[in-house]
Amino acid sequence: MEGRQEAGKESKPSSLSVDLQGDSSLQVEISDAVSERDKVKFTVQTKSCLPHFAQTEFSVVRQHEEFIWLHDAYVENEEYAGLIIPPAPPRPDFEASREKLQKLGEGDSSITREEFAKMKQELEAEYLAIFKKTVAMHEVFLQRLAAHPTLRRDHNFFVFLEYGQDLSVRGKNRKELLGGFLRNIVKSADEALITSMSGLKEVDDFFEHERTFLLEYHSRIRDACLRADRVMHSHKCLADDYIPISAALNSLGTQEVNQLKTSFLKLAELFERLRKLEGRVASDEDLKLSDMLRYYMRDSQAAKDLLYRRLRALADYENANKALDKARTRNREVRTAESHQQLCCQRFERLSDSAKQELMDFKSRRVSSFRKNLIELAELELKHAKASTLLLRNTLVALKGEP
Amino acid sequence: MAAEREPPPLGDAKPTDFEELEDGEDLFTSTVSTLESSPSSPEPASLPAEDVSTNSNGPRPAEVVLDDDREDLFAEATEEVSLDSPEREPILSSEPSPAVTPVTPTTLIAPRIESKSMSAPVIFDRSREEIDEEANGDVFDIEIGVSDPEKVGDGMNAYMAYRVTTKTSLSMFSKSEFSVKRRFSDFLGLHSKLASKYLHVGYIVPPAPEKSIVGMTKVKVGKEDSSSTEFVEKRRAALERYLQRTVKHPTLLQDPDLRQFLESSELPRAVNTQALSGAGILRMVNKAADAVNKMTIKMNESDAWFEEKQQQFENLDQQLRKLHASVEALVCHRKELSANTAAFAKSAAMLGNSEDHTALSRALSQLAEVEEKIDQLHQEQAFADFYMFSELLSDYIRLIAAVKGVFDHRMKCWQKWEDAQITLLKKRETEAKMMVANKPDKIQQAKNEIREEIEEWEAKVQQGERDFEQISKTIRKEVGRFEKERVKDFKTVIIKYLESLVQTQQQLIKYWEAFLPEAKAIA
Repeated sequence: MEGRQEAGKESKPSSLSVDLQGDSSLQVEISDAVSERDKVKFTVQTKSCLPHFAQTEFSVVRQHEEFIWLHDAYVENEEYAGLIIPPAPPRPDFEASREKLQKLGEGDSSITREEFAKMKQELEAEYLAIFKKTVAMHEVFLQRLAAHPTLRRDHNFFVFLEYGQDLSVRGKNRKELLGGFLRNIVKSADEALITSMSGLKEVDDFFEHERTFLLEYHSRIRDACLRADRVMHSHKCLADDYIPISAALNSLGTQEVNQLKTSFLKLAELFERLRKLEGRVASDEDLKLSDMLRYYMRDSQAAKDLLYRRLRALADYENANKALDKARTRNREVRTAESHQQLCCQRFERLSDSAKQELMDFKSRRVSSFRKNLIELAELELKHAKASTLLLRNTLVALKGEP
Repeated sequence: MAAEREPPPLGDAKPTDFEELEDGEDLFTSTVSTLESSPSSPEPASLPAEDVSTNSNGPRPAEVVLDDDREDLFAEATEEVSLDSPEREPILSSEPSPAVTPVTPTTLIAPRIESKSMSAPVIFDRSREEIDEEANGDVFDIEIGVSDPEKVGDGMNAYMAYRVTTKTSLSMFSKSEFSVKRRFSDFLGLHSKLASKYLHVGYIVPPAPEKSIVGMTKVKVGKEDSSSTEFVEKRRAALERYLQRTVKHPTLLQDPDLRQFLESSELPRAVNTQALSGAGILRMVNKAADAVNKMTIKMNESDAWFEEKQQQFENLDQQLRKLHASVEALVCHRKELSANTAAFAKSAAMLGNSEDHTALSRALSQLAEVEEKIDQLHQEQAFADFYMFSELLSDYIRLIAAVKGVFDHRMKCWQKWEDAQITLLKKRETEAKMMVANKPDKIQQAKNEIREEIEEWEAKVQQGERDFEQISKTIRKEVGRFEKERVKDFKTVIIKYLESLVQTQQQLIKYWEAFLPEAKAIA
C-alpha cells in the first residue's frame, strides 16, 4: 500500500515537539515520506547557513535503517558518553494494520456494503495515522540532534543529512541483532556488578537521587504506557462497534412501516456520528497520552544509559585509584598508573558535569512536554464531550418531538 | 355463517356504537369486569357484535365432543391442567360472556347477549375515557414491581424468592396495594398456564424469562461474587418486565391465574416447569413435532394481510437479532474499557508518586483520580447499555417468537378445518356409494351410522371455519395492539438510553473541566 505525506504542510502529532532553541542555523525536517511494500522512504530536508554544508538547502532520502545507524554511531562514540542520546525512532510497523485490511478484504459476507465501506475507511485512517506517527518520530529524532549544541556537530550527522547516495547501511542481520541483545544483557549485569562493588560510593547526592528516581520512574512509565495503549485500544473497539449498530438500525428503519421508522433512522445517524467522535477521542488519547508516555519511556531509558556510563566511568576511576595505590606500594609503573588515573578522573568528572546538565534538561523537557500534552488532552476531551452532548441532545429533541 | 352474525336484539341506537367498537382499542375488559358478577372471564374486548357466534352458554354435551380435538390443538399446553379444572367453572357459569376461550362450545346463542348489551352503552362511555387515556400513554392503572431478591434455603435446593408488589386502582383486585413472594418457577408456571389457555386462539402471550442452569447453580452454591449478583439483578429486571407486559394485555389481565399469582399468599408449586421433568421433556418433544408440522402445512392464504405480516415479523426478527448481537459486543467492549481505564488510573497514580517535580506529580495524581471516576462512568454506561438497550432487544426477539407461534396456531387451525372438510367429503362419498349399492337390510344400520357421522363432521367443519375466522380476527387485533405497544416501548427506551448517554458525557465534561486548571498549574 502506498502512502504519501506532505509532512511539512500539515500539523504533525505534536506530542513530541521539541523546544528548538530558536536557533535557525540548522533546521531539519522530514518533508515527504513514501510507504512502499515493506519500507518507508523519508525525505530529509535541511536548511542551514552553516559553513560546513555545500548548499543552504538540500534534501536526501533515508530509510529507517539509516536512522538506526546514526543513532548507534552516537551511542558508540566516547565523546558523547556524557550526553543523553535521543532515543532511536521505532521501526515503522504496518503489519497489524495491513493484516486487518487483508482480513477485511477476504470478506465477511454478513456485512453490508455500507458497513464494509466504513470499516475500510476506518482501517485506512488507522494506517494513515500510524504512518504519520512514524514520520513524526523520525523527525523528532533528527530535530533533537539538530538542537543539541554538541550532537549537532557530529560528522556522521552531516553525512546523514547531506550525502546524496545511499549510506549502504543494511539492516542488522540476525547475528548483529543477537549481538545487540547480548550487549544489553552484559550491560545490565555489569551495572549490577558495579553497584554491588564495595568501595564504590556515590559521592554526589544528585546522582544518587537521580538513579533511584530514574529506575522507578522508567518502570512505572512503561507500565502507564502499556495501560494507556490498552485504554486507547478499547476505545477504538467501542467506536468500531458503532458501525454494525448503525447499519442494523438503518435496516430496521428502512423496513419499518410505523412511527419507529424515523426513530430508527435518526438513531442510526446518531450512532454514525458518535462513532466518529469516539474515534477521535481514541486517537487523541493515543497521541497526547500514549505517545507521550512512550517517548518519555524511551528517553528515560536513554537517561538511565547515561547514568550507567557515568557509573562505569566511576568504577573505572575507582579501579584506577586502586591500581595507582598498588603501583605506589610496589613502586612499579607508577607513572603509567598515575596518568591512567588522571585520565579516568578527568573522564569521570567530564561525564558527571555533562550528565548533570543533561539530566536537568531532561527534567525540564519532560515537565514542559507533560504539561503541554495534558492540557491539550483535557481540552480535546472537553471538546469531544461537548460535541457528543450537543449531538445527543439534538437527537433527543427530534425524537421527543415526534408524535 | 351469516346467520350467526345477526345483530343483537338491542335498542336502536346501539348498532352504530358497535361499529365503532370494532375499530376501537381493547379497552373494555377492565370495565366489563366490574359489571360482571364473576371476575374471571377472559374475553376479548370487542365482545358484543362479533362474538355472537361462539357463546359460552352452550350445553355441556357439545363441549364433550370437542375436548378431544382440543387436546390436539393444545399441543403447546402440556401441563396437566384439565379443561374442566375448577378455575374454569366460573367462566362457564357466568352470564353472557361470549368468550373465545378454550371452553367455548359451539352452540350458537345469539339472544343471550341481551343482558350484556344493555350494559354496553355504559361500558362504551367509560371506554371513551379510557381510549383517551390510552392515547396519552396511560395504561390500565396497574403497576407491578419485582424486588428484594432473597435467597431461601441452602445448597442445591435453595432458590431465590422475589417480592412482587402490585399497585392498582382497578376494582377487580381486593386491595389497592399488595405484595407476595414468588420464586422463578412460579413465574414460569404462570406463563405456562396463560400460554395453554390463550396462545392457540391467537393471543400473543408474553414469554417468560429464560431459565439458566449455570446462573442459578452459582447462586445456589452460594458464590457471593459480582457475577451472581449481576445474574440475580438481570433476572429480577426481566421478571419485572415480563409481568408488566403481561398485565398490559387487557385479556390476560382478566385471567384468574394471573390474579391468583399477584394476590394469593400461597401458590401451588409449579413442578412441571423444571427443565428435566417429564413435562419438560414432553414440551421439548412437542416443540420438535411442531417444527416438523410447520414445514409440512401448506396453507392457501386467502388473506394477504397475514402473509404480509408474517414476512414483516420475519424480517423484524432477523434485524433485531443482528442489532442485539452488535449491542452485546458494545456492552462487552465498554466493560473492557472500564477495566482498562481503572488499570491505567492506578499506573498513572504510581507514576505521579515517582515524579519528582511537585506540580507535575500533583497533576498526574489528579489525572489518576479523573481516570478512576471515568472508569466508574464507563461501568454505569455499560449497565445502561445492557439493561435498557440490549435487554429490550432480547425481550422483543422472544416476543416475536410468540407472535410467530400465534401465526402458526392459525395455520394449524386452518389445517384442522381443512382436514375436517376432507373427512366430510370422504364420508359423503361413502354414503353416496352406499346409496347406490343395493343391500337393504344390512346396510340400513350402516347408513344410519354414516348419516350420523356426516352430521358430526358437518358440525366439525362449521366449527373449524368459525374457529379459523375467530383466530384470524383475534390475531389481527393482537398484532395491532402489539405493534402499538412495540412503538411505545421502543420510543420510551430509546429516549431513556440516549438520556443516559447524555448524562455520561456531561459527567465527562465536569471531570475534565476540573482537571484542566491542574494541568495548567504545572510550572
